[in-house]
Amino acid sequence: MVPISYYLVLSAILFALGVLGFLIKRNIITIFMSIELMLNAVNLSFVAFAAYWHALSGQVFVFFVMVVAAAEAAVGLAIIIAVFRTRQTLNPDRVNLLKL
Amino acid sequence: MLHLALFLIFGVIAVAGAINLVAQTHPINSALSLVVVMAALAAEYLLLGAEFLAAIQVIVYAGAIMVLFVFTIMLLNAGAEEHTRGSKVALIIGVPGLIIGSITVAWALIHAHIGAEVPVGSLYGSAQGIGHLLFRDFLLPFEITSVLILIAIMGAVVLARRES
Repeated sequence: MVPISYYLVLSAILFALGVLGFLIKRNIITIFMSIELMLNAVNLSFVAFAAYWHALSGQVFVFFVMVVAAAEAAVGLAIIIAVFRTRQTLNPDRVNLLKL
Repeated sequence: MLHLALFLIFGVIAVAGAINLVAQTHPINSALSLVVVMAALAAEYLLLGAEFLAAIQVIVYAGAIMVLFVFTIMLLNAGAEEHTRGSKVALIIGVPGLIIGSITVAWALIHAHIGAEVPVGSLYGSAQGIGHLLFRDFLLPFEITSVLILIAIMGAVVLARRES
């Protein structure tokens, strides 16, 4: 038996590492991966609470988070490809104009 | 006891993978660390009884989404990230904010009295149960999701198209 707070602490650590990566990384693809890490951390707390309350709807929410993450990955990577094609860089510091 | 040991093993693997994701400079190394994190999280889902979600986590996240990431990294031939100076604002606001935030979260978790423990061994997150819920109670969100996917597909095709 594991207390549910252990799962929440693990989820919080992973989320904090995701925020850290989002803030300090200088590569737009790695920043994107940090966002995925944060989504995963939230999914873990969803599943932990679903097990805690014996409610299956928490797991269904995880499905929707996964679907949104997949859609976000497809659109976001397409945007990264479009940006790279015009700027030839992946550093978000150099992408400071909305104009292509 | 065994459950706690498995939780700790996979939790340490997940955190180590996440730290490696942040520490590596080359994006392909970060992507592979993220695969490790997702596989470890799938094991945690199994420990929580969510067997179907664990399978979906490996197939969709570690499989499909990460392949998309690796594909993009190789398509763009992304090298190691360039080193830039950190901003002063991050140092002045970020570090105290991080300390205050972690103290708040730790305090809340200690004083929350969520002492109850998660049951082990009851695999109640079966595909049948989730399917019942998904196609009965959550039918409208499910259908809206399909529209979202369609829009995402069209958006990706339009955005990544080469300008003629």
